[in-house]
Amino acid sequence: MTDIKVTPLGAGQDVGRSCILLQMGGKNIMLDCGMHMGYNDERRFPDFSYIAEGNLTESLDCVIISHFHLDHCGALPFMTEMVGYNGPIYMTHPTKAIAPILLEDMRKVAVERKGETNFFTSAHIKDCMKKVIAVTLHQTVQVDSEIEIKAYYAGHVLGAAMFHVKVGNQSVVYTGDYNMTPDRHLGAAWIDKCRPNILISESTYATTIRDSKRCRERDFLKKVHDCVDRGGKVLIPVFALGRAQELCILLETYWERMNLKAPIYFAIGLTEKANNYYKMFITWTNQKIRKTFVQRNMFEFKHIRPFDKSYADTPGPMVVFATPGMLHAGLSLQLFKKWAPNENNMLIMPGYCVSGTVGAKVLSGAKKVETENRQVIEVKMSVQYMSFSAHADAKGIMQLIQYCEPQNVLLVHGEGVKMEFLKQKIQQEYGIDCYMPANGESAYIPCKPVVPVDVSLSLLKKEIALYDTIGAPDPKRPCRMHGVLVMKDNVLRLMEPEKAFGELGLNRHAIRFTSCLQLRLPGSATKAMDQIQLILNSQNTNYPVKPSEEGVLNLESVSIKMESTDKEDRKSMMMSWALQDEDLATWIMSSLRQVIV
Amino acid sequence: MKIYSLGANPNKPCNILNFKGVSLMLDCGLDINSALHFLPLPLVASKRLSSLPNWIPKDAQDAALLDGELKECENRVLVDGPIEILPPQSDIFDISNVDTILLSNHACMLALPFITEETGFKGRVYATEPTLQIGRLYMEELVHYLERTPKTQRSSRWKQVLQSLPPPLNAALRPNDWRKVYSMKAINAALAKVRMVGFNEKIDICGALTVMAVSSGYSLGSCNWIIHSGYEKIAYVSASSTLTTHPRPMDQVALRNADLLILTALTQTPVANPDSMLGEFCMAVAATLRSGGSCLVPCHPSGLLYDLFECLSVHLDNIGLSQIPLFFFSPVAETSLAYSNIFAEWLSSGKQSKVYLPEEPFPHAHLIKNGRLKHFPSLHAEGFTNEYRQPCVVFCGHPSLRFGNVVHFIELWGNHSNHSIVFVEPDFPYLEALAPYQPLTMKIVHCPIDTSLSFTQANKLIRDLKPGNLLVPDIYLHPPVSAPLRSDLVIQELEPPALGMKSYQVLQLPIKRKQEKVHLDPALASRLEPIQFKTGLSASTLTGKLDARDNKFTLKVLNEEEGGTLYSAAERMLPRHPWGSVDTTQLLHLLSQHGLLDARVEDTPRGVVIHLPREDTVIQLEGSNTHVYCHDEALRRTLRDILLQCLPCL
Repeated sequence: MTDIKVTPLGAGQDVGRSCILLQMGGKNIMLDCGMHMGYNDERRFPDFSYIAEGNLTESLDCVIISHFHLDHCGALPFMTEMVGYNGPIYMTHPTKAIAPILLEDMRKVAVERKGETNFFTSAHIKDCMKKVIAVTLHQTVQVDSEIEIKAYYAGHVLGAAMFHVKVGNQSVVYTGDYNMTPDRHLGAAWIDKCRPNILISESTYATTIRDSKRCRERDFLKKVHDCVDRGGKVLIPVFALGRAQELCILLETYWERMNLKAPIYFAIGLTEKANNYYKMFITWTNQKIRKTFVQRNMFEFKHIRPFDKSYADTPGPMVVFATPGMLHAGLSLQLFKKWAPNENNMLIMPGYCVSGTVGAKVLSGAKKVETENRQVIEVKMSVQYMSFSAHADAKGIMQLIQYCEPQNVLLVHGEGVKMEFLKQKIQQEYGIDCYMPANGESAYIPCKPVVPVDVSLSLLKKEIALYDTIGAPDPKRPCRMHGVLVMKDNVLRLMEPEKAFGELGLNRHAIRFTSCLQLRLPGSATKAMDQIQLILNSQNTNYPVKPSEEGVLNLESVSIKMESTDKEDRKSMMMSWALQDEDLATWIMSSLRQVIV
Repeated sequence: MKIYSLGANPNKPCNILNFKGVSLMLDCGLDINSALHFLPLPLVASKRLSSLPNWIPKDAQDAALLDGELKECENRVLVDGPIEILPPQSDIFDISNVDTILLSNHACMLALPFITEETGFKGRVYATEPTLQIGRLYMEELVHYLERTPKTQRSSRWKQVLQSLPPPLNAALRPNDWRKVYSMKAINAALAKVRMVGFNEKIDICGALTVMAVSSGYSLGSCNWIIHSGYEKIAYVSASSTLTTHPRPMDQVALRNADLLILTALTQTPVANPDSMLGEFCMAVAATLRSGGSCLVPCHPSGLLYDLFECLSVHLDNIGLSQIPLFFFSPVAETSLAYSNIFAEWLSSGKQSKVYLPEEPFPHAHLIKNGRLKHFPSLHAEGFTNEYRQPCVVFCGHPSLRFGNVVHFIELWGNHSNHSIVFVEPDFPYLEALAPYQPLTMKIVHCPIDTSLSFTQANKLIRDLKPGNLLVPDIYLHPPVSAPLRSDLVIQELEPPALGMKSYQVLQLPIKRKQEKVHLDPALASRLEPIQFKTGLSASTLTGKLDARDNKFTLKVLNEEEGGTLYSAAERMLPRHPWGSVDTTQLLHLLSQHGLLDARVEDTPRGVVIHLPREDTVIQLEGSNTHVYCHDEALRRTLRDILLQCLPCL
C-alpha cells in the first residue's frame, strides 16, 4: 500500500499559477507550470526549490502542460532555461503551436513596457519549446518504462486537455481547466471510465451553478447593443485565443441578423494568426464547426476588422476586443484608461480576473483605480461581468467525477472557501475522500493496489470447466480457484502445484491413501458400480462423474474398484486417492454414507 | 487461432482473425477490378461506344441468350451494363459474429457498407479520423459517379455461358457474386458506426484484447494494428511505406517482437521504383505541355494526388511552365483539399512544423490561392468553361477509366496525338483499362507510383521486426505472374517458414495461449503468507473465488458459506502441497504421541514400511512417495495430519 503524494506549488486553494507536483510509484511528475498574473515579483513563479535546489532534471521525470493559458504554462521557460530542466515536456499540438506566441507576448509586456529585468528571453522560449513533445488525444504515450500518459479533450480552450497519468498500477487524472458544456466553438470535456486513484480537478466555479448559456449570451448581446445605440464604446478585454473567438462568432452572427453598422474591432496583433490556428486545428473545435468548415469557415469574419491605435479617439460607437484579458497591461489597459471616465462607455469582463490586477479591482466595484505609475483613474463607465470563462461549474465537476469514477478527489485552482463547500458535497454524494491541500502542503492519499497475477491458462480453464461444466456458468456458484502463487523477481504467477514445484526446484512429496469400505449393495459388482455412479450423479453438483472403464471408476486421482464378497448384498469397495483430492474423496464417502456399512 | 480470408486481392484485404474468442475483421477492402470487364459509362451518350458491334459467339443458342449483352472492341469482349463489383465473400464466416472491424487506411475500407449494412453485423468499427474522412470521400465519389450514369438493364445472362467466353472475361472471378455498388444512405449508415481513434490509443476489445493503431506512413492517418492479449502480440501490417512523403512516418518499433506478423498490401508495381516513376511523370507531363498538348492524369481524389501537385508544380516552375493551369475534377475535390489542411497531427514533421507558423501544410493551398490549381466538382460546374484553356493538366477519376470525368476527357482527347494520358495510380492494369477506347491516338505514358513496401523493403522489415511467425498472402511466396523469373520479388525463406494465406480459405495459426491475467483483490493479497526460498523467490498456496466479468478475472476472498465445492464447508480442508521426504524417526515419535504404540518398521529395497497391526494399517514410505493403507476414516485423517506435520508444505 503506497501513498500517492500531491503537492501544489501553485493553485492550492488559489486561482492562478497552476503547478502541482505529483509523486507516485517513485516517480515525480509536474502538472502545469503556470505564472501568477497578479504579482510582479518572485511570487509570480512557483517555488521550484521545493523540488530541488538548482537543476531539476534529476528530480523530475516529466512535465505535463494542460493548455496554453499563461497561468498554466507561463513559468515554463523560466523553469527549463533559468532554473534548469532538460527532461520531457508534454502538451497537445495546438498548445505547442500557440503557447510560444502568448509567452512572447507576455515577455514583451513585462520587459519592454514594464522594463523588467531577470525575465526569460525570446531565445529561452524557443529553446524551451524544443524540449516539448506534442501529443494527440487518446494517444498512449510511454514516458519511460513505467509512466504512461494519455490526453482527453477538455474543451476549455483550443487544444486544452486533461491528462491521465499511470505509474504501475496506480493512476491519476489531472483536469487542467475544463468545460462540461459545449460552446460556440469548442466541444464539451469528455473522459472514459478510467477509475483513477485520484482525480485532481480544477474548481474555479466550485459553488456556482451557471444559468443557461443562451441567457448569458442574450444578456451580453443586449448590453452591447444598448451601449452602441447610445453612442458608447464597448471595451472587451480578452485573451487573444479562446473566449475572443467565441465572442466574435456571437457578435458576427448578431450584427448580421440585426443589420448593425457600428464597427467591431479586434485590437490584437495576432488576430489573423490566431484565427488561422483555429482554421488549421479545426479538428479540435466542436462538431458543428467541423461539419461545416468546408463550405464556411467560422473563423473568417466579415464584420470584424483589425484595430488601429488612432481609432481610440474616433468619436462614435464601437466595440473593441483587446488583450490582455485582466487589464493588467497592454492595449486593453490603455483603452480602459482612455474610456473609463465616460459614463456612456462600457467595460465587459468576460473572464475571471486574478486578484491584484486592474480587472479584479474594477470588478470588485472600485470607482478609483491606481495603475502602475501611481496614476489614478476614475471609473465612470459601466462595468459588467459576464462569465463566459469556460470552466466547469459545480454541476460539471460532479458530472466529471461520475464519468471517470475516481477513488479520491483532490481540488485545486479555486478559492479555499468554495472548495470546502464542494468537498462536502463530493463526500456526501459519492462517499469518496476529497482533499484540498494549500500551496506547499502535501496531501498523502493512501491507495489499495490491485495486484496483477499471471495465471497459467490450463489452470484457469480447468477450474472454470470444473465448476461450470458444459453450458452456462452458474452465477450462484462461484468459481473456486486453487493454485500456487510463485513470486519470482517481482513477477507473480499462479500455477498448478506440479508446475510450481518444478519452478521452485523442489521435489514434490506425493501422499496417497487407500481405503476399503464395505457397502450394502445387492447384485453383481458391475451393477453395484452403476449404482455408485447413480448416487454420485444425483448429488446435484456440477462435478462430472464419468462412466467407469473395465470395472474401475476414475475421478481425477481417485480410483474406485468393486469386489464381491461372500454375502450377496455386501460389496467391498477399494478406493484410492492422492492428497490433493482429499476434498473429492471426502465428498464421495459422504455421498455414499447411506450404503456404507 | 484462425484466420479467414474473405477476398482475393492482397491490396484490398479483408480477413477475419479469430483469437481468444474474439472475431476481428482486419480491413474491409473492395476490389473494383471487375469494372474492367464493363464498357465505360460516359456522361453524355457516346456515338462510338453505342455503335460497338455485338460479340458473336460460336454457338447460335448462346447468341440468342446473350441478346447483345456483350460488345466487342478491338478483339476485346466487354459487358454492356451497370457496373458490378465483388464484395468480400462471407460464405466461410458468419459476419454477424464479427465483434470489431479494424480499418488501416482509406483504400482498404471501401467495402464497409456491404459488410455493416447487409450482413447483420452488430460490432464496432475503428479507424483514424483521416481514414474515416478520406474513405468517405472515396466512397462518395464512387457512388456519385455510378449513380449519375445509371444503366437500367442488368446484364447477367453472360454469366451462364462463362466457360464459352473468350479471355479474359472467362476468367472473371466469382461473377455470380458481383453486386451493384451501395447507396449514399448505406455509406452514411456504415460510417456512423466508425469510432475514431488516434495513433497509439489503446482500445479494449470485449475485455479480452487490446488493439492499437500505429502509423504506417502510407497516407494521411494510415495505420497498422497491434493486437495484444496481454501475453501474445500480433502485428497486422497493411499498406505501409518507408518512403518520405506527406504522412507521418511509419512506426516500426511498435511492430517488433510480435508472436505473429500478418503482412499484406505490398507494392502492386514490384518492378517500378516510385521515386524514379515520380520523376518520369513530371518529365512526361512537361514534354507533352512543351509540344502544346494537354495531359490527362487519371487519379483518386486524395493520397498520391497531394504529392503529384507538389512535385509537378515545382517541376513546372523550374522549367518555366508556371503559367500552365492544373485542373482537378471530383465531386469531392473541395472537401479533399480542405481536409488536407486540417490534419496537422497526422503529417510528416516537415509539414507539421508549417502549421505551427501557422501556414497551410501543403503547397497546393498556395497553388489554389494564386489560381494555378483550380478544382471543380464536375465538367459542368459553374465557372469551368471560363477558366478552361489548353494546354493544361487535368487530374480526375476514376483510374479504372470506366466512369467519372476521365471518360469524357479520353473521348475528347483520344484522337489527338499531341495529348497524352499518364497513368500513375497502380490499382488497375493500364492496358486493360484502355481496352474499350482502342484504337487510341493520344500518347500513353505508364509510370505507376506505389509507395507501399517493395519486396526488398518488406524482407528487410521482417528481418528487423523478428516476428515469431509470419503470415503473408500465398502469392507473395512465389514470383509475380508478370515477372516469373524474378525470384527476388518474393518473401524470402525464414525460420519458421512463412505461412501462406490463400484466397477464401481458413488457416489455423500456430499461436498457443499459455497465460491469462488475474487481479488479486487487496483483501486476498493481504492474507497470503508466502514462504521465501531464496532472495527474489517465494511461493504461497492461493485459494480464492474467481470472478469473471467482461473477460476480466479477479480473485477474491472465498467466503466460508460460498464454497461452491462438493460438500459443506465444515468438512473442507484447504489443499496443501508437501515436499521433501519423511523422517522415519520423527514419524514414529509423532505416532506414539497419538497413542499408536505398536508401530513396526520393516526395511524394503526402496524405503521402509510401517505396520500398525492392531489398526490393520500400513504406511509405505519411499523417498518422495508415501502410501497409506487404512480402512478406518478417523484414523486415516489422523495419519494424514501427522504426515503433513513431518513434511514442509506450501
